[in-house]
Amino acid sequence: MSQRPEPAVRRPRKKRRTAAPVAAPARLAAPDPALRAPGHGWRTVAAKELADHVLSVRFLVLVVILGLAAAGAVYTAAGAIREVASSATGAPSLFLRLFTVAPDQFPPFVGLVGFLGPLLGIAFGFDGVNGERSEGTLPRLLAQPIHRDDVINGKFVAGLVAIGLIITAVTLVVAGIGVLQLGIVPPPGDIIRLLVWVVLAIAYVGFWLAFALLCSVVLRRAATSALVAIGIWIVLTLFAALLVGIIAGFLAPSPADATTDQQVANLSLQQDLARLSPNRLFEEATAAVLDPTVRTVGIVLPEQTDRAVGSLLPLEQSLLVIWPQIVILIAVTALAFALGYVSFMRQEVRA
Amino acid sequence: MAAADSAPAGPPEPAGDSVLTADNPLPPAEEPAPSAEIAIRTRGLTKRYGDFVAVDRLDLTVYQGEVFGLLGPNGAGKTTTILMLLGLSEPSGGAARVLGLDPARHPLPVKRQVGYLPDDVGFYGGMTGRQNLRYTARLNGLAAAEAEERMEALLLRVGLADAADSRVDTYSRGMRQRLGLADVLVKQPSIVILDEPTTAIDPRGVEDVLVLVRELAQDGVAVLLASHLLHQVQQVCNRIGIFVGGRMVAMGPMHELAEQLGSGPMTLEVSVEPPLAPAQELLSELPGVNRVEPDPRDSRLLVVTAERDLRGDVARALVGAGMPPLHLRRRGDELDEIYRRYFAAEEAADEPAA
Repeated sequence: MSQRPEPAVRRPRKKRRTAAPVAAPARLAAPDPALRAPGHGWRTVAAKELADHVLSVRFLVLVVILGLAAAGAVYTAAGAIREVASSATGAPSLFLRLFTVAPDQFPPFVGLVGFLGPLLGIAFGFDGVNGERSEGTLPRLLAQPIHRDDVINGKFVAGLVAIGLIITAVTLVVAGIGVLQLGIVPPPGDIIRLLVWVVLAIAYVGFWLAFALLCSVVLRRAATSALVAIGIWIVLTLFAALLVGIIAGFLAPSPADATTDQQVANLSLQQDLARLSPNRLFEEATAAVLDPTVRTVGIVLPEQTDRAVGSLLPLEQSLLVIWPQIVILIAVTALAFALGYVSFMRQEVRA
Repeated sequence: MAAADSAPAGPPEPAGDSVLTADNPLPPAEEPAPSAEIAIRTRGLTKRYGDFVAVDRLDLTVYQGEVFGLLGPNGAGKTTTILMLLGLSEPSGGAARVLGLDPARHPLPVKRQVGYLPDDVGFYGGMTGRQNLRYTARLNGLAAAEAEERMEALLLRVGLADAADSRVDTYSRGMRQRLGLADVLVKQPSIVILDEPTTAIDPRGVEDVLVLVRELAQDGVAVLLASHLLHQVQQVCNRIGIFVGGRMVAMGPMHELAEQLGSGPMTLEVSVEPPLAPAQELLSELPGVNRVEPDPRDSRLLVVTAERDLRGDVARALVGAGMPPLHLRRRGDELDEIYRRYFAAEEAADEPAA
């Protein structure tokens, strides 16, 4: 570091000018090349935000919560798999079952991520913009030579990176525990499927991050923003199935003596409605990516499976099955971010 | 990139768009060609929110090396004006040029050169003062080594060297304000805009701020000081603009503003040993005195309304009558009075319209 000036000049209050070389007015020195470099602004914001996230208490808490839940899920799953291991010899993708099998009442690892993932996104986004407002740092930040969207872009990227760190770390730990418990070496195909799933999970949590950021732009108080985001999370994950059943029963009734057509109409409406929730999209995508035997996520009638030959799908075929889900998941994430972006750009700095 | 920054200062960036063209709303300077360069200039700058006019056709010129005091009550549109100068708010009409650039269209080069201390400045409480400054330095694209050097010097200059590594959470209001000044100066601005820099800090802190402002101006920096506290800022301002209801109602050096008030009828306040009645009678007979009445707010005072400055006559008359004046003051000498007068005029002007 630079050498400290002598104690003699440590009284800057005196009218006598101090040695500070500041404010020799650098009259319009050519703008720094660094400032012209594209991405300078959002990178700087993202670096600072990421450091904040990683060092924050909420990061630690989330890692611990998710880590413990995941370890529990995998431990029980591994136990269950071992019990049936003799009969399951030759079963496909035993390694991936670690993440999807749910013995007893304990949810599987992917279920946990589907349920707790939104919490990650909300935690890193709900006070993104209104926090700066209430701390009074927003005008100062925007008065620096960066574009206005650098702020929200940087915050989104930093949140995504933090989420990616947590999900990847927890998944790796879980895989490690599973390998130790089961004593199997995962085949390369399974590892690739797991990696694809991690990317999907980050995209899914990214939606909730974008949504929480939107709340933080629109709502002035961080507490309100967190409450709204969490409320919608709970509604979509817990009550969505109930609501969907009621609405579908109203629009496409399926009485006790319903024909097959009526039943199918009711069920497909339920499914379409349920797919409005990113949670459902993620579940369907997970099912196909982590299980090569899954050939459809839609309604299957008995005559369709009659004499079907069970076989394993290659990864690209599995992806094809859930391609619409992937596209919609990314689209709603982009939409939520775009809404937040636009309202941030149109907002008055001082409000 | 650090080298470019510490290089000797060049002339203003000759960006093509800074040239005033025929249809540019900024006409050539009407003022007698000033020796100093123009730092900020606005012509007819207007900001409307729906029907509400926050800033109404503001014409303002600030020169390099000058301290300009933008004085007005809260809600006068000072902050709105500043945000437009920084390109953080789009003008509804008129134009602004900061260092020859239109801040609405070229905010980055403008913000590179303008240091802004917002009203009620905030910092990231979980970070230390030094970390907060470092973030600003990075946002300004400073090279690390140079940034550290500047930060060290600035922390010394604002007297925060010892607290630099404590969290900002633990800072007092005055310390935050000083950190804010260091934050503004990290980028070595050629224009500094301070919004209410002396509000809510103790008198000694105010003094520090004002000394620093003076030093900046001596170094050739243009300082725009927005405040509603006239007493505090009048001593450092070269020129003052009284800004009320979005309009600049008066502008000029302090003494000129006082002179404008000095012409015409004036008010004196007088106090003698009680009872006041004989003095009131005596003074009302003086030539040139229009009216003498007790001050409704202070029973010890008589308020004399006269056609011109009668202080000498009043004093002589009182002494001659054996009632030596204990207190004799011309109202309007003080900036407060200027302020009150302009605000009163403004309200009076508004009333018929309403």
